[in-house]
Amino acid sequence: MHDLQTKLDALIAEYQHKPGALLPLLHAIQDNLGYVPEWSYASISRGLNLSIAEVHGVVSFYHHFRTFKPGRHILQICRAESCQAMGSEALEAHIKKCLNIDYHQTTADQGITLEPVYCLGNCALSPNIMLDEEVYGRVSPTDLDALVAELDTEVVA
Amino acid sequence: MSYKIYIPRDSSALSMGAEKVAAAIQAEANLRNFDVEIIRNGSRGLYWLETLVEVATDKGRMAYGPVKIKDVTGLFDADFLNAKPHPLFLGLTDEIEWLKKQQRLTFARVGITDPISLDDYLAHDGYKGLRNALNMVGTDIVKTVTDSGLRGRGGAAFPTGIKWKTVLEAGAKSHIGLGCVAETKYVVCNADEGDSGTYSDRMIMEGDPFVLIEGMTIAGIAVGATQGYIYLRSEYPHALITLNAAIEAANKTGYLGENILGSSKTFHLEVRRAAGAYVCGEETSMLESLEGKRGLVRFKPPLPAIEGLFGKPTVVNNVISLASVPIILDKGAQYYADYGMGRSRGTLPIQLAGNIKHGGLVELAFGVTLRELLYDYGGGSYSGKPIRAVQVGGPLGAFLPESQFDTPLDYEEFSKIWAVLGHGGIVAFDDTVDMAKMARYAFEFCAIESCGKCTPCRIGSTRGAEVVDKIIAGKDTVKNIQLIRDLSDTMLNGSLCALGGMTPYPVLSALNHFPEDFNSQTIVKVAA
Repeated sequence: MHDLQTKLDALIAEYQHKPGALLPLLHAIQDNLGYVPEWSYASISRGLNLSIAEVHGVVSFYHHFRTFKPGRHILQICRAESCQAMGSEALEAHIKKCLNIDYHQTTADQGITLEPVYCLGNCALSPNIMLDEEVYGRVSPTDLDALVAELDTEVVA
Repeated sequence: MSYKIYIPRDSSALSMGAEKVAAAIQAEANLRNFDVEIIRNGSRGLYWLETLVEVATDKGRMAYGPVKIKDVTGLFDADFLNAKPHPLFLGLTDEIEWLKKQQRLTFARVGITDPISLDDYLAHDGYKGLRNALNMVGTDIVKTVTDSGLRGRGGAAFPTGIKWKTVLEAGAKSHIGLGCVAETKYVVCNADEGDSGTYSDRMIMEGDPFVLIEGMTIAGIAVGATQGYIYLRSEYPHALITLNAAIEAANKTGYLGENILGSSKTFHLEVRRAAGAYVCGEETSMLESLEGKRGLVRFKPPLPAIEGLFGKPTVVNNVISLASVPIILDKGAQYYADYGMGRSRGTLPIQLAGNIKHGGLVELAFGVTLRELLYDYGGGSYSGKPIRAVQVGGPLGAFLPESQFDTPLDYEEFSKIWAVLGHGGIVAFDDTVDMAKMARYAFEFCAIESCGKCTPCRIGSTRGAEVVDKIIAGKDTVKNIQLIRDLSDTMLNGSLCALGGMTPYPVLSALNHFPEDFNSQTIVKVAA
């Protein structure tokens, strides 16, 4: 916790003088810590001369920011129209059943956090998913199983 | 001798394994002692052929695709480095019919050059537009853009030149009585490409980022703005990398920063990451977000051109609008305006998506019909079943039935049939689609993404989804369909921005054109 606070303070010092600093700062925090912890709001509000309510308001407005520690991997399933036209609903149902979680939840072993996403810009190759920072196109339930299985192996190894 | 191989770094190509294919080709070349230079280009936009591997020959670039890792050994065995036959051989890339018939102006370099090589950009007509602009006064640059007929490619189709003129003059007024104190102005590029079925912005940013940087620099010089921001969706990590690399290269070589090319003009550029809110594609919501706030839509007026980012005059344009500016300044307004039909001048980068066999980027002059795009280019549905509906223009665009497929792509022709072109994305659905579910999804999406500022959008979207659920369940269908129409009327006329104001487009078009999916045998009148 003490280390995290030091890291947070460094990030605030780095970003606080940018015009419209809050979003770039929140991105930097999430990139570094994996999420934007609620305990960081007080420091952010002091650094940027905002109220804690304003910080909370911004964090909660944007889908990208999360206030809980995610699993080791983040799996996003595209729910938008193009992917629906190519069977994304079956893909959603399949993965929820396999992982035994719903959207915005993390598997019991902290391996995977499942999130919906609305368009990954890969619509000529729907249906799409994003695993951490990588997009995969034309994904079938079998492909998805293989990707997830690979993760589990990594975890065991 | 050294062989030159092109393998895209575009994220759609990566989604089909381009990174692994590139590594496998390099490894196999090393094993066989071939000296190869692999260039990571943008995508040509023939996405069903990704990973598309090209080999440079004295006749031109030869294509192979779709290449998977398992094909690599076979390609070497067949001597693909010398363009020898192989089942994946496609011939000269430029001669592929799908590509050859296109009119690529904005996408002239995408897939051809190394996106982060400034030398490559310069060797392919890059920065000619800016050089011309630097010898012109602001009003003349604005006039050129106005005369080209370019309209906002983000969806609203507002004439770009007129927007620029407002910003240019907004500054001029403040000069009166203030000596030569220049007012701060901004150029903001809306790269929050959130519409499903669209990816042309991403292709430009990953495949030819310099053209966007050049377009923004020209905009800055035209209106007197010295700072630009690109508001980029967080879902595009690869675009962030290419944009930042290109901006760095431009800064180092005097194409960005102070004293651009010795002209004493200044333009700084920075990429800002969005954070997954669809509504931030609406320009005023985006400005709030750039200021570090919740992305709540602002009332208009004042227009962003007068009071935009941090209250200053601001040009807000979409990626494609800005990326179309360099060629207009290079080849002249007339050159661009000669393409197109009616009041829709120039070309539109169209994106084929959804249930389509040959999905990808088709840049053509306005006037091409949906049918040509869906069948001549798209090759029909991916599933092989009949295409029952298409949604044009993203989640706020209308669904069109087969009877409307002969409509030419033109802003005015589309508004005549109560549809929109939007950002040029076309999502095809085969006959398994349930249009009542699509109407429900439109409301659901609006509810998820509503900024919450106005009631018709915030409450209407949730109530709409509930009412469609009742219709799907067969409860009081006639009464509830009427209720949907009343609610849509409120949202259309009472919402603050296009999110609530256009959600009725997909809802009512689904209801009007596909009433049989709504437990309703009644033939309903098409809304005017």
